Amino acid sequence: MSLLSPSIHYVGCFSLVLIGLYVVLVKPNLIKVIIGINLMDTGVNLFLVTVGYIQGGTAPIFSEAARQPEGMVDPVPQALVLTAIVIGVSVLALALALTIRVYGHYGTLDLRKIKGLRW
Amino acid sequence: MRRLISLSLLLIVALGISLCFSGAYFGAEGANRAGKLAQDRVNFGQRYNSRGLEENGAGNIVASVVVNYRGFDTLGEVTVLFIAAVGLAVVLSTRREKPARVRAEPASLVVFTGCRFLFPLILLLGSYIFIHGHLTPGGGFQGGAVVASGFLLVYLGCRGKGLRSAGFTVTESLSGLAFVVLALVGLAVGGSLLLNFLPKGSALTLFSGGVIPIIYVAIGLKVGSELGSIIANLSGEAP
Repeated sequence: MSLLSPSIHYVGCFSLVLIGLYVVLVKPNLIKVIIGINLMDTGVNLFLVTVGYIQGGTAPIFSEAARQPEGMVDPVPQALVLTAIVIGVSVLALALALTIRVYGHYGTLDLRKIKGLRW
Repeated sequence: MRRLISLSLLLIVALGISLCFSGAYFGAEGANRAGKLAQDRVNFGQRYNSRGLEENGAGNIVASVVVNYRGFDTLGEVTVLFIAAVGLAVVLSTRREKPARVRAEPASLVVFTGCRFLFPLILLLGSYIFIHGHLTPGGGFQGGAVVASGFLLVYLGCRGKGLRSAGFTVTESLSGLAFVVLALVGLAVGGSLLLNFLPKGSALTLFSGGVIPIIYVAIGLKVGSELGSIIANLSGEAP
């Protein structure tokens, strides 16, 4: 536990990325592959926020004028993740639209049956 | 077979990552770099944290970074969202023959009434979030997502209505135009894109932060209408 406790957040986000990678590599269903991509996306976002976190830090928001800037976490990764989440949603929507087209064309979502994608 | 290969590959990757964190670095360069991620320090953001309030007058430093310090990134990001929405519309509109529209089964009374009751409240909450984006957690992107969830509820509850995409297009274009025009006005007035040229106002009130709340409202409307048009496009395509 003492080995893991400083980097437990990193363990969590890399596990998310690896679980997502496993889903992308193994699952034959196209919808599940997209879910795996989304999991990897979440892991990367968590990683970015964790890099900017400091122990016991607070949100970088001045709720009253007397707040001191010391002890606030880094705002830059949070701003980047804010936009990255929206990018993730738009990528997800585009992927789902392409999936609808693939289903209309092949009549299946199984990647093993779709011609040209077998391995 | 595929499962075996993937599992072994992932095990190798996981082993490498865990070696990185357990301090097993190799060579003098590695020893120098050890524990960089575990450092408890705000490096660059410290400047934004300490000077952001007086420079921009917005209490939420993240909003300040998103809209002002790194506003150009946000402009590009909004463009990516726009391109994704356009691409989705193009991909879904290339059907050769329209299938006979399947008569959707009407939603139950509870869902229908809940939709009609909750839709204005969700719009209100979303606009609250993006109008107060420079003071409280939240902002244009989050508020826009809440607004879009209201449209999703309309799709679930009031199936007969159908979402018309003309309004979405107009809102999206106007708010995107507002963002670009405000950025260019900053360029014309002070010589840098997205300059905060409006008076800052008194800090921590609604009318503060100069140009930040206006741009955040534009972003909120743009994201809400774009996600709404994505939902409308996808919902018209039920196979």
